[in-house]
Amino acid sequence: MNVIDYDKVLSNKIKSIRPSGIRKFFDIAATMEGVISLGVGEPDFNTPWVIRKAAINVLERKHIVYGPNKGLIPLRQAISDKIDQKHSVRYDPEKEIIVTVGGSEAIDLALRGIIDPGDEVLVVEPCFVCYAPLVELAGGVAVPVPTRIENNFKLTVEDFRDKITPRTKMLILPFPNNPTGAVMTREDLEPIAEFLRGTDIMVLSDEIYSELTYGRKHFSIIELEGMRERTIYVNGFSKAYAMTGWRLGYVTAPEPIISQIFKIHQYGIMCSPYISQNAAVEALTSCDAEVEKMVDEYNVRRRYLVNEFNRLGLTCFDPEGAFYVFPSIKSTGLTSEEFCERLLYEEKVATVPGSAFGESGEGHIRISYAYSLKHLMEAMSRIESFLKKLEAEKK
Amino acid sequence: MKNKIISILQQNARISDTALGEMLGITPEQAAAEIKKLEDEGVIRGYSVILDEDKYDKSTVYATIELKVTPQRDCGFDDIAKTIMMYDEVESVSLMSSGAYDLAVEVKGSNLKDVAFFVSERLATIDGILSTSTHFILKKYKEKGIFIDGEEPDERGLG
Repeated sequence: MNVIDYDKVLSNKIKSIRPSGIRKFFDIAATMEGVISLGVGEPDFNTPWVIRKAAINVLERKHIVYGPNKGLIPLRQAISDKIDQKHSVRYDPEKEIIVTVGGSEAIDLALRGIIDPGDEVLVVEPCFVCYAPLVELAGGVAVPVPTRIENNFKLTVEDFRDKITPRTKMLILPFPNNPTGAVMTREDLEPIAEFLRGTDIMVLSDEIYSELTYGRKHFSIIELEGMRERTIYVNGFSKAYAMTGWRLGYVTAPEPIISQIFKIHQYGIMCSPYISQNAAVEALTSCDAEVEKMVDEYNVRRRYLVNEFNRLGLTCFDPEGAFYVFPSIKSTGLTSEEFCERLLYEEKVATVPGSAFGESGEGHIRISYAYSLKHLMEAMSRIESFLKKLEAEKK
Repeated sequence: MKNKIISILQQNARISDTALGEMLGITPEQAAAEIKKLEDEGVIRGYSVILDEDKYDKSTVYATIELKVTPQRDCGFDDIAKTIMMYDEVESVSLMSSGAYDLAVEVKGSNLKDVAFFVSERLATIDGILSTSTHFILKKYKEKGIFIDGEEPDERGLG
């Protein structure tokens, strides 16, 4: 019998990519009874009804076709208007916007369009797990740029100045941040823009959580002088409109960039889901109040968790965006992996170790508050008894 | 503030002042004072418990009774509603805007016959009640925003 050797079949590149660190504990959790999770990265709200209704109307009345490669014209127009309304920056719906399959595809397009083999990309950490593997798949080198708790996990020029080499092509700016919840204000971004204006380094600004901020409106780097020209802007519908399963995002950039990266989308994806695109027009044009309601509810949960963790002695800085809190577990003397593993086995609460988001996440755990208050309160009472147990062990 | 407190209490009226304060960004003392104020103003009328009757007492029977009523001079439907609500068997009384009937009454009884007799002997005989129509409740799926049966499993992934 001829046996095929898959190890030889598969590319060396794909074999070298590490699996996501978020998965590990959830694969274990899935085999256990009575586990309560604080792990997911998607809203617990259902997609607003008007959006679902719009999709139903499309199913009933329209012929479901591919549609234009870059996305439906009314949707691109609505995206353009939305960015203009929020940031007073205009992108041409015809030439400067592509509707993608989620924010993830938008990130992939941007990276593949920019990176030549050996090019370096600065990846601000802690961050979502997709950037470094996608950089590597595109043939680039991911250069981690750790941010620090002392700066509330904001990026400063000092954090990355020394990492720049002649091969540096891009800086990935993921704010509001998953997993820390950190945001960047105009004052935080200005020195970074000032620095970048003298370079040919592009920014990939992943603003997928931009609608979910608490206390202040999100500010985008594209608003600063000279930065629209230097930025590939990524956003999507998943987090703001609770539309994760609809798989819809977008990328905007100056025309010379869009016209090139468009080819990857055209040949690889062809076009984004037609039903979702039709529904998404409704999201952008008539769901501001729905988003506000969700943000209000997230804010109640956020305050509860931050205060609870601080009360329990796990220092937690005040995250102003996304739907995560990122408490420090250093006082327990455990590593974040150990903490999460014991919390899962002993109290049946699934969380994600900060180390899954880069080395600078070590000493923290990520807690999602995309859960009902009831769920969060039960989880916190389990965490409290776990901490009491740890305390007793020390004595 | 008022709306937020009430929306949290509606999800869980037994929440501690500490947790409520944490959610709203105020001290536990302030949270307690806000609730006291709502109680004193009569906005909050009481606290109850939502049961899964099937797990608690399978034999209890609930019914919704639709009543057609002749409004009384000077006080409209109020007098009749007040008479009805004095009965212990009556869980709720609401005035409806529908043309088909005027008052919706929720009645609790220990068995079907109990409820049927209560309607025919106590309610139907009140002056001004023109007709009654009784609907027995077989199963409650959700009450006051709380799932009793049929909560969907969490199918979310790990994005």
